[in-house]
Amino acid sequence: MINKMCPSVAEAVADIPDGATVMIGGFGASGSPIELIHALIDHGAKDLTVINNNTGNGEVGLAALIGNRQVRKMICSFPRSSQSKVFPKLYQEGKIELEIVPQGTLAERIRAAGAGVPAFYTPTTVGTVLAEGKETREFNGRPYVMEPWLKADFAIIKCEVADTLGNLTYNKTARNFSPLMCMAAKTTIVQTKKLVDRGDIDPEHVVTPGIFVNRIVEVTDPVHEDTLIAAARSYP
Amino acid sequence: MSTGWTREQMAARAAQDIPDGSYVNLGIGIPELVAKFVPEGREFIYHTENGMLGMGPPPDDDERDLDLMNAGKKYVTALPGASYFHHADSFSMIRGGHIDVCVLGTMQVSAHGDIANWSTGAPDAIPAVGGAMDLVQGVKNIFVITQHTTRNGEPKLIEQCSYPVTGVGVVSRIFTDLAVVDITPDGFQVVELAPGVTFDEVQQKTGTSISPPA
Repeated sequence: MINKMCPSVAEAVADIPDGATVMIGGFGASGSPIELIHALIDHGAKDLTVINNNTGNGEVGLAALIGNRQVRKMICSFPRSSQSKVFPKLYQEGKIELEIVPQGTLAERIRAAGAGVPAFYTPTTVGTVLAEGKETREFNGRPYVMEPWLKADFAIIKCEVADTLGNLTYNKTARNFSPLMCMAAKTTIVQTKKLVDRGDIDPEHVVTPGIFVNRIVEVTDPVHEDTLIAAARSYP
Repeated sequence: MSTGWTREQMAARAAQDIPDGSYVNLGIGIPELVAKFVPEGREFIYHTENGMLGMGPPPDDDERDLDLMNAGKKYVTALPGASYFHHADSFSMIRGGHIDVCVLGTMQVSAHGDIANWSTGAPDAIPAVGGAMDLVQGVKNIFVITQHTTRNGEPKLIEQCSYPVTGVGVVSRIFTDLAVVDITPDGFQVVELAPGVTFDEVQQKTGTSISPPA
């Protein structure tokens, strides 16, 4: 019998090694798997390459992982926001690398990796500094830039409802990059707010099919990044 | 000299040029105000690139849903008929040409329709592009709302952008505090002057030649 349940967030992330590439779901605060990120901080893996749209806020979640100096490189589209302090400081001190990728290209590179497509052409960045050094090609008289797939060793993801086979649904705009990241990582680890038996999610409503999920851990009352920041919390 | 249109009036003027039934993406800042000035009898459906169609206005504080945000990471609501989707679908809507109008703010626009609104290129700046480069390449009509000049009086409508561009030849129409301006094969062309504003004033505050209203 397939059962992908994991007893704790600590055990779920225990085999993430130093130097791993880790995708982290979420767009800003929405959909950020705070408990799994904090477990990764406790676990202590270093020299990580982290893929997320942003670089975290305040001193919790992704920002805390970066602040704990576990991240060698960030791959993201928008590394600063009003409450983003940790990454900008380290970046300006030359202590963390940054690969900037337009948001739609980031999504498609992740999707392509999950779909087994090694590269694709996009009109995004044509004529800009972000296209410099990249292969371009014309289709129907219009130039396009080639972009490679983007894979990861692990993805850590937050969902709303999971069954024991790893079929997932999300909540509103907390979905964002997560279904794509589930497809693109060798090992996908999901924290779910609600765990149900197989058959309890209508097959028509499954957003991420269980084939893309390896481990599920139940976190019934997940904290939200904005709530922690409003309370001026930090981690560890 | 006149002060021209206010921020709200610029947004209202831009809204007049969006057809009924359009799927619309609004950038951060003055473009967000467009949603307050939908002309009577028209319906626009708002797309937010983090994954929703049918975005509604901000909620009251006690009705906030922490999982319901827009691309500017502000809390929003979902209108009846809304849908949620992941980022690859969201940017397929953009890149695939399914969104009708995008309204953006900018630092500079060139006479050839190039837009520079993501980076000043300063050596100590942290680059942050978000979805801007995808939007300008993919959306059918790129509208820009901007003050005609910077706070220091420097023109923002110029011959060539000095900042790193977001996209080349992508802007179709510009709404400033002084005028509505089209990008044509011959460069900037005034379509309409704000009440009390003269063409000479617009020309004086534009960084290159601009054609008078036809």
